[in-house]
Amino acid sequence: MNRRRFIAASASGLAAAALPARAQRFQPPQDVAPLIEQITGGVAPTTGGITVKLPQLAENGNSVPLQLAVASPMTVEDHVEALYVIAPRNPRPLVATFHLSPDAGRAEIATRVRLAGTQKVVAIARLSGNRFLVNETEVLVTSAACLDESM
Amino acid sequence: MMLGRVQVPQSVKRGEAFEVRVIVQHPMETGFRRDLQGQAIPVNIVDKLACTYGGREVFRAELGTGIAANPYIAFYVVARESGPIEIAWSDDRGQEGRASALVDVA
Repeated sequence: MNRRRFIAASASGLAAAALPARAQRFQPPQDVAPLIEQITGGVAPTTGGITVKLPQLAENGNSVPLQLAVASPMTVEDHVEALYVIAPRNPRPLVATFHLSPDAGRAEIATRVRLAGTQKVVAIARLSGNRFLVNETEVLVTSAACLDESM
Repeated sequence: MMLGRVQVPQSVKRGEAFEVRVIVQHPMETGFRRDLQGQAIPVNIVDKLACTYGGREVFRAELGTGIAANPYIAFYVVARESGPIEIAWSDDRGQEGRASALVDVA
């Protein structure tokens, strides 16, 4: 270990120690790659093609409006079969699964989610023909959900 | 019986996609909270919600703890015939709820 590395390592260690206990309670983002692989079954998803609309800043993580949209013709041959929402910093990252069919006409969903802290929310769309789309949006959460103040 | 509400446009054109908005009154307990005695409050989530229209299921959702209390979901359905849009849901305690709205297809 050279001098520069030593200083960098000790500085980051100091920073972690200096964090108040309250802040450390917030979970770091989990590695959601295995979860994504479980959803896609090993198929590499294409980035883009799905919009994840979230406010840039959410004051309260208990209820954050979320909109998902995929530009899909929604015909029997080419439609969105399912939409998955993943919040990597939540204790249970898989937020919801929505199953669509050509009866939907438009691949658009709106809901409200809980977010445990500032994070990149990931959305995956499963299209007919075993194709996948993925995209993410960062949202700044001032007050996180899921964590009980009295704990 | 749990309370819920479905909203659809009053009238829609045949073949057009219209928005169905559902709201269910439910605390969506995550299982991470504790009560005043320090006991963990058990998980209670509306985990399944399905919409049937014209005799077939047109939408289904599996919700997790990451959905806000009093879950709100909006989605689209293609208008085929006049009739009821029926929503059915169930939570972790096995309680079930239903709500429906009539859609008038012109």
